[in-house]
Amino acid sequence: MTTSRLLTNQQRLELFYWMLLTRIFDETMVNLWKQGRGVGGTFSQRGHEAISVGAAYALGPEDVIAPMHRDLGAYLLRGLTPARVFGNLLGRADGVSRGRDANLHGMGDLRHNIIGFISHLPHSLPVALGAAMSFIYRNEPRVALTFTGDGASSAGLFHETLNMASLWNAPLIVIVENNQYAYSTPLHQQMKVPDIARRAEIYGMAGVTVDGNDVEAVYAAVHAAATRARGGSGPTLIEAKTMRMLGHAIHDGAEYVPKELLEYWEGRDPVKRYRQKLLDEGVADETELTEIAQRVEVEIADALAQAEASPLPDPATVEQGVYAGE
Amino acid sequence: MKTAGALPFTDDPNMLQSPTDVARELTYIAAISEALREEMRRDPNVLLMGEDIAGEFGGAFKVTKGFEAEFGARRVINTPIAELGFVAAATGMALMGLRPVVEMQFADFISSAFDSIVQFAATTHYRWGGAVPWVIRAPADGGLRAGPFHSQNPEAWFVHTPGLKVVAPATPADAKGLLIAAIRDDNPVIYFESKPLYRSLKGHVPPGEYIVPLGKANLARVGADLSIITYGAMLHQALAAAERLAQEGVDAEVLDLRSLKPLDKEAILATARKTGKVLVVHAANKLAGVGAEVAALIAEEAFEWLDAPVQRMGGLDTPIPFSPPLEDAYRPNAEKIYAAARALAAY
Ligand SMILES: Cc1ncc(C[n+]2csc(CCOP(=O)(O)OP(=O)(O)O)c2C)c(N)n1
Ligand SMILES: [Mg+2]
Repeated sequence: MTTSRLLTNQQRLELFYWMLLTRIFDETMVNLWKQGRGVGGTFSQRGHEAISVGAAYALGPEDVIAPMHRDLGAYLLRGLTPARVFGNLLGRADGVSRGRDANLHGMGDLRHNIIGFISHLPHSLPVALGAAMSFIYRNEPRVALTFTGDGASSAGLFHETLNMASLWNAPLIVIVENNQYAYSTPLHQQMKVPDIARRAEIYGMAGVTVDGNDVEAVYAAVHAAATRARGGSGPTLIEAKTMRMLGHAIHDGAEYVPKELLEYWEGRDPVKRYRQKLLDEGVADETELTEIAQRVEVEIADALAQAEASPLPDPATVEQGVYAGE
Repeated sequence: MKTAGALPFTDDPNMLQSPTDVARELTYIAAISEALREEMRRDPNVLLMGEDIAGEFGGAFKVTKGFEAEFGARRVINTPIAELGFVAAATGMALMGLRPVVEMQFADFISSAFDSIVQFAATTHYRWGGAVPWVIRAPADGGLRAGPFHSQNPEAWFVHTPGLKVVAPATPADAKGLLIAAIRDDNPVIYFESKPLYRSLKGHVPPGEYIVPLGKANLARVGADLSIITYGAMLHQALAAAERLAQEGVDAEVLDLRSLKPLDKEAILATARKTGKVLVVHAANKLAGVGAEVAALIAEEAFEWLDAPVQRMGGLDTPIPFSPPLEDAYRPNAEKIYAAARALAAY
């Protein structure tokens, strides 16, 4: 595998750590909601760990990301602490959006160069394009990266963004997390050509397809795209093929997904697979990986406890923050 | 008597054909399903479009569960996520004489189709005489801790648009009757559903053909001391406030607008002239909301009958916040209506 030459063993263990942190956060969140301790609804990203982590890991802190609702790993890796994210999910005053926005929405923080998710699909794309254009304008060697779904790729703005990004040679990376479904609608009911990366060609930009359950493959694709973009060679469309392993949102049992499909993808689970790879390639032994897991468990438990103990917003503040400069 | 009200919706044809079944109760959401099903059985030109509406899944809120099995994929069309495109396509179908009923997954996403609604569908008949008989069903309203992107009440944008009609049922019977009227109307109608009422509210729904004409308000409570004019989920908050006021000897009248465009001017002016004190309430934000139009109408045409300034209550001028204490501060409720109405009565 050529990709491991890009990564030191230390980095590979970091990738594993971030994926596991994302997975355990996600499982903890799902349990919280099952126990009725959640507020409103939420989205699990189970199965998307390799994409959000691999992509975010390939960028520098000065690069901008605009994640979507399956990109918990990217938010965490880019510096939103698990406690702040739990705080957001639970509507706490010290959550990322200060109780303003729900679940994984509203988790923007420009100190970390994160643009918060826009619910209306796929409006994060042209916004990320604008961030990329600002880098050209100021002649900065930065890139903007945004994530979107297979479903959102049917909207006009997806095409408008690719066309403009290519036309303007923008340092933009668009990752389509093709997880086979948009809510209940399978890919074949959304489009005739299920290979979304092929669309890049007609806009005259680079397009690649990667195994979205292979964190190093995602890393390598984003690393290459970022290098190209910084070198002035313009945007890249990356299609990461994966599977949404739970329902669309927490209330959705996803009865419409065939069991065999889930079984197939369970066998390709990105976290378990990477763990095995690290063992097979002698990057770490069982003890070291178990230690990482224990560290993650403690970190997540502490974060949740901290968020649950933190206050809800004061209703007297409800009108604060609508306008900048007040 | 079957316990139809306990079912998520009734698809028992006997039940639908029994006009004597006056005790029959349905949930608000079942009434919507029933109206759609009956209109699809009646008129082969009626078809449904929207995200995730087909198959056993039947839409994010299950309004069309089982519809594809009965009516086929030709009439129950799952769309890609492309509101601007499929609403405009519905306009084309409507121009060809079909009657598409388009489901927004949430009313909040209707803004993604804004251009095609306000620039084209709304103006076509005035510009060159082409009728656009579609309905957009928009699951609106908050109080459900769903945050700024899944709680909106965007009716004012559309009330401000010439050429559209806008309705907002507050009861299961009106949910059915207004939807049937909307489908049969030859104009584009936006039908705002109140998500918090979907499964929490049950009421009698007349079986079979039942039409509530567009543009007619409903006097939900007769009173003499003051008038609360409202619509949608706030009707029930207003009625609860009125009950509490009654215990204190204040007799509130409650008018449910039902249609926001056209507005029932007669009914609005009649109640304003009768009580001389008016409080207008809606869940949408107050600033430049429908309540402003109602208050202005009363100021223009019932000024001499007023005994107090017209009062308005609505959401705050902020995006709709997620966190419970913030959303509760944002949103009107029975308690706040009671306090405002009491102060108005004492004016
Ligand atoms: C404009 C718009 N319409 C509808 C929705 C409701 N919605 C939220 S997520 C979703 C499905 C998205 O599917 P996809 O893009 O494949 O992302 P996934 O959830 O599968 O990761 C829909 C329809 C929305 N968010 N925005
Ligand atoms: Mg998807």
